Amino acid sequence: MIVPLEHVLMLAIILFSLGLVCTLVWRSNVIMLLIGIEIMLNAAMLVFVGSSCHWGKADGQVFALMIMAMTSAEVSLALALVVYLHRRRNTVDVDEFRELRD
Amino acid sequence: MEQTLFYILAVVTVIGTILAITEKHPVHAIVYLVTSFFSLAVIFFLLAAPLIAMFEIIIYAGAVMVLFMFVIMMLDLGRPDEAKRPALRQWLLPLILGGIILVSIGLLAAGHSGVPDAAGEITVREFAVTLFRKYGVAIEIISMQLLFAVVGALYLGRRRRP
Repeated sequence: MIVPLEHVLMLAIILFSLGLVCTLVWRSNVIMLLIGIEIMLNAAMLVFVGSSCHWGKADGQVFALMIMAMTSAEVSLALALVVYLHRRRNTVDVDEFRELRD
Repeated sequence: MEQTLFYILAVVTVIGTILAITEKHPVHAIVYLVTSFFSLAVIFFLLAAPLIAMFEIIIYAGAVMVLFMFVIMMLDLGRPDEAKRPALRQWLLPLILGGIILVSIGLLAAGHSGVPDAAGEITVREFAVTLFRKYGVAIEIISMQLLFAVVGALYLGRRRRP
């Protein structure tokens, strides 16, 4: 371990908070909202990899790989939803989609 | 040497992410995010995870970000004159909430007491053995999930008859 685990955790926490702020702020654009989710998932991956390095076990890296596979599935579905919604309303503003019925 | 590199890369990652979330133009935001992911990949490499670092570049910086770019181009969202940043008033409350979460998790992380690290590097061989022997079922489930995602994306993306 080249640096103490606390420093890796601090970096991950800062990245997670930035992703959270991005998700909360960008309600006018679904793409930026999804980018915030990506940043948060990356912070979680950093925690897994750092802990795996700290304890010398490979399990953390395996779960980082799982998160990556999960993210690619999530992104493909979410972007398909964005395309679908854009076709319906011609906008990507989240506030436009507040009605459950059409 | 490696320690200094870690801190430099950490600063690059954080600055890249801040620029990405404050950029009003989605295409620029994605380019900043790719920069941030590249430096994060090098951090993974420094943390003895070369395979994860390569996947980070191939899948995240490559496939996922290109998918984002593709959707932005396809829906024509990348026009500079139409892009607008949320008002300053909208930034205030999320920043306060994010700051509270940052401080609270930070305090928890600073007070943690981990067992000192066990000796031994994690080789790719050990990683592969853990992946396919211990978590073989998880691999099957994740591949099913990817299949479902493909089917769902195809269903959502098909063109309906008017």
